[in-house]
Amino acid sequence: MIGIVSYGTYIPRFRIKVEEIARIWGENPEAIKNSLGVFEKSVPDLDEDTATMAVEAGREALQRSNIPPEKIGAIFVGSESHPYAVKPTATIVGEALGVGNYYYCADLEFACKAGTAGMQFCYAMVRSGMIEYGMSIGSDTAQSKPGDALEYTAGAGACAIIIGKDPIAEIEATVSYTSDTPDFWRRDLQPYPSHGGRFTGAPAYFRHVVSAAKKLMEICGYSEKDFDYAVFHQPNAKFPQRVAGILGFGEEKIADGMLVRAIGNTYSAASLLGLAGILDVAKPDQRILLVSFGSGAGSDAFAIRVTEKILSYPRNTKVWEKVKNRVYLDYALYLKHKRMIK
Amino acid sequence: MRVAVIGVGCTEFGELWEKSFRSIFLEAGVEALEDCGIEGREIGAIYVGNMSGGKFIDQEHIAALIADHAGLAEFGIPATRVENADASGGSAFRQAYMAVASGMHDIVIAAGVEKVTDSADPMGVLSTSVDQEWERFAGANLPALYAIIARLHMHEFGTTEEDLAKVAVKNHRNAVHNPKAQLRREIKVEDVLSSEVVADPLKVLDCAPLSDGAAAVILANENIAKKFCDTPVFVDACTQASDYLALQCRKDLLTMRAVLKASREAYRIAKLEPRQIDVAEVHDSFTIAEIMAYEDLGFVKKGEGAKLVREGETEIGGKIPVNPSGGLKACGHAVGATGIRQIVELVLQLRGEAGKRQVKAEKALALNIGGTGATAVVTVLSR
Amino acid sequence: MVPLFWRKIKYRYDVVGSYCEKCGSYYYPKRELCPKCRRKGKLRDERFPDEGRVLSYTIVNGKIIAMIGLNNGARTLAEVCAEKVEIGTRVKKVFRRYGEDGDEGIIYYGTKFVPVC
Repeated sequence: MIGIVSYGTYIPRFRIKVEEIARIWGENPEAIKNSLGVFEKSVPDLDEDTATMAVEAGREALQRSNIPPEKIGAIFVGSESHPYAVKPTATIVGEALGVGNYYYCADLEFACKAGTAGMQFCYAMVRSGMIEYGMSIGSDTAQSKPGDALEYTAGAGACAIIIGKDPIAEIEATVSYTSDTPDFWRRDLQPYPSHGGRFTGAPAYFRHVVSAAKKLMEICGYSEKDFDYAVFHQPNAKFPQRVAGILGFGEEKIADGMLVRAIGNTYSAASLLGLAGILDVAKPDQRILLVSFGSGAGSDAFAIRVTEKILSYPRNTKVWEKVKNRVYLDYALYLKHKRMIK
Repeated sequence: MRVAVIGVGCTEFGELWEKSFRSIFLEAGVEALEDCGIEGREIGAIYVGNMSGGKFIDQEHIAALIADHAGLAEFGIPATRVENADASGGSAFRQAYMAVASGMHDIVIAAGVEKVTDSADPMGVLSTSVDQEWERFAGANLPALYAIIARLHMHEFGTTEEDLAKVAVKNHRNAVHNPKAQLRREIKVEDVLSSEVVADPLKVLDCAPLSDGAAAVILANENIAKKFCDTPVFVDACTQASDYLALQCRKDLLTMRAVLKASREAYRIAKLEPRQIDVAEVHDSFTIAEIMAYEDLGFVKKGEGAKLVREGETEIGGKIPVNPSGGLKACGHAVGATGIRQIVELVLQLRGEAGKRQVKAEKALALNIGGTGATAVVTVLSR
Repeated sequence: MVPLFWRKIKYRYDVVGSYCEKCGSYYYPKRELCPKCRRKGKLRDERFPDEGRVLSYTIVNGKIIAMIGLNNGARTLAEVCAEKVEIGTRVKKVFRRYGEDGDEGIIYYGTKFVPVC
């Protein structure tokens, strides 16, 4: 049985409210909160970036599992905000975690789904016997152009997942749905991403998430009734709510994973942090549907069954508790934290 | 063999915009030579204290440069630079002292020189005296490390920010009567407390200014000293000690072990007790350093340093006047020149040539420190 | 200066110091020679405790720089990421950026501390 043997989360302490951003651009905050379902977003500290958050999440995952660092045979860091364009974040993480030198390692980029892509790599490597444990981390300090709609949601956070045998949550199956769909991109050397506005909806997010989820259920012979929880990529709160409706999941099955309301879209970390929110409360034999989405575009779907092992697994501090530890920034300090002013 | 200081010279300390590195060492050297009427070719060796010619003015090999420009290269006199951060001057003095005491040379020059204002970031250069790989990496510069010591001193012993300020007030008052001093103006405790914070709890007026300046002294063995000088001042002891470079490696942040060790050895060699010292020039690069010096030199018990300044005992006219020149705090801190400048002041005091800042003294002590105390040089002088 | 930073990565990314097997002393930063046992000592690298206590601190250039007494008795000077600390504040390690070599050079990562909630 192969699956998630441990997980760790990291959310920076700082937040900016939708109201504060709307104040700068003369927009109506209530309308924005209504349309996005997002109230505030997380902002990294001045000295935090994708690598530092990945290390913090990775350390928590190691600590909770008591797996000796040197048993980690692979590290993948998925992000679209790697601090270096050339020079892997994952090597920094591996060094800080003390995993030694004999490990497989690469940075991944697939917009918001690089973290789940890394999980699939780790799963395959464990299953093939190449490694005993693999760690995949989704970590992002998402960029957004001042004044762009993305500014209300582009958050920061990280989630590390360790894949191995004897898991707290078994990965029963995983499948991906991929196409060339330019709904959101960032050209080389450009500081901020561009997007296709409403084009990011139906042909991109919904088509990929729904197709991957349906294919997974078909492969496993499951219907939505077989899942106790579902977590979808969450660029805002509305998209996952709507896709849950399309697939037949009620609000109660997604609520525990809806971190986006409080911390915004954490990109590569978003669906994994949502999964962590659910694993924090899930009971043995409950089943979780995880579907990520990365623009460009693709979705990775997972059927995850919680095992008895979760009962003896330390789940504190829970991710929703971490969300509560926060300090609000005004817009000027926000710009400083995002290194837009130095 | 007893060693005497027979000639002293010192430039004004300060922002000497018009003067170059080459002109200030010459000025101090000429003054020292003329003080004792030496021609030049009698000199056996030159030791120059200089912390960072390389960083301040992009010039290394400065001992040869000095010998050259002083016209001493003509005689082939050996010249050596001594570097121990801001204890470079004191260390150069000790090298010169040993060269005479050993009988190797009869007459030796000990000089110190630093030109800091040609550099864009003098405090950055001075901060290279701390552990670059760990302390500077962590974001600490020299004031920050002294601030960490100061806060702990306040926490452990009840020393206050006012006590620290009083050290600055005293030294500024003394500097008014020192024509070579950089900050010849009185200040009040409130001025110090309301000055800009540099590294909390230390403020601008708790810190010595960084200065350009040079100083030179001429040492001779006692047999020939009288030939050049009517009032030789004798070196009763000149000791040096080391401590761990980084603060984090020291067990007790509130004791400068190098100061403790060097001073106790100096007292033993000079056969005296701390209470017999009549006047001292100590390394007050930061006000807390002077309070620590009172304690580590044995003028008071550990933790009671602030009491001395509170009670005015270290003022001119007090029980043990400290820094009658104004100290580094108000006379100025020309880094590598400071240790020699201290000797110049004490020689003037012992000769009775210190003018309005004169202290009645038979025995004098100089304490020159490198960085946060990893090097300490203690010199005891007598008439 | 890249090799100079690289050489210390192991000791900066985590609080890895030296332990003397002969006298049982802990040293941070890492040492090549035990100051107590000198050539007779036997030093090895060891990961030090994650937590400690603020022994003293300053605020310089808007940053809190603190002397931290780790739970094994060793000390480290590091930045504390907090609005304020006091002598005695309990802290734990975090992985953060210390700086970067301009816009084109390498990024200097290292260990900082945050108050334990």
